[in-house]
Amino acid sequence: MYAIVREPIDPRALETAIGAHCGRYGGVATFLGTVRDRAADGRPVVALEYEAFEPMALAEFERIAAEAGERFGDVALAIVHRVGDVAAGEISVAVVVAAAHRRAAFAACEYAIDALKSRAAIWKKERYGDGSGNWLPGMP
Amino acid sequence: MERVRVRVLAFARIRELLGGAQRSLELSPGARAGDVLPALAGEVPALGALADSTRIARNGRIVSLDEPIRDGDEIALLPPVGGG
Repeated sequence: MYAIVREPIDPRALETAIGAHCGRYGGVATFLGTVRDRAADGRPVVALEYEAFEPMALAEFERIAAEAGERFGDVALAIVHRVGDVAAGEISVAVVVAAAHRRAAFAACEYAIDALKSRAAIWKKERYGDGSGNWLPGMP
Repeated sequence: MERVRVRVLAFARIRELLGGAQRSLELSPGARAGDVLPALAGEVPALGALADSTRIARNGRIVSLDEPIRDGDEIALLPPVGGG
């Protein structure tokens, strides 16, 4: 399942949604991206503001999942990204992968999050305690 | 000559500089994807510096800068992406 959401992400619900507990799979790998409370320069960060071009981002999620299937075999993926303000400590993105065996689950999970970060039409802005903010450099 | 009016979608830094997520824009007949940002930079000069790093999507698909633009197109201006 692929989604852009405004509400908090519940990883357990994603496991259920992809059938991770149906008995077909032997391993589940979950990556959760969470918001750090410090910028690279040490400034306190209160939240990251995420923005997506939703139709293109969702189409990319689907492509990434299809590629993971081609590379790693029978895997089921959930790729969900939150948009809007995400407070420090909260989950901004979740990639949940169920596979027959752990190696495929780990590999597909890493592949999907790396691809999402470099390809999906999503942007983020650090917001600081003093009310200022800064769009983080992305990948062209 | 045919009028070329497009709907521009702007994101992140470009949206803030433009002062909104959407606007309409009239282009010269024969316009190409690479003409959209320079046309807006006439109004918001700071956009000019972003032309090299901005990708253009025409009707939901990334296109090259020489892609012809048609009346009624949706043109999205995409800064370098960085989710996660």
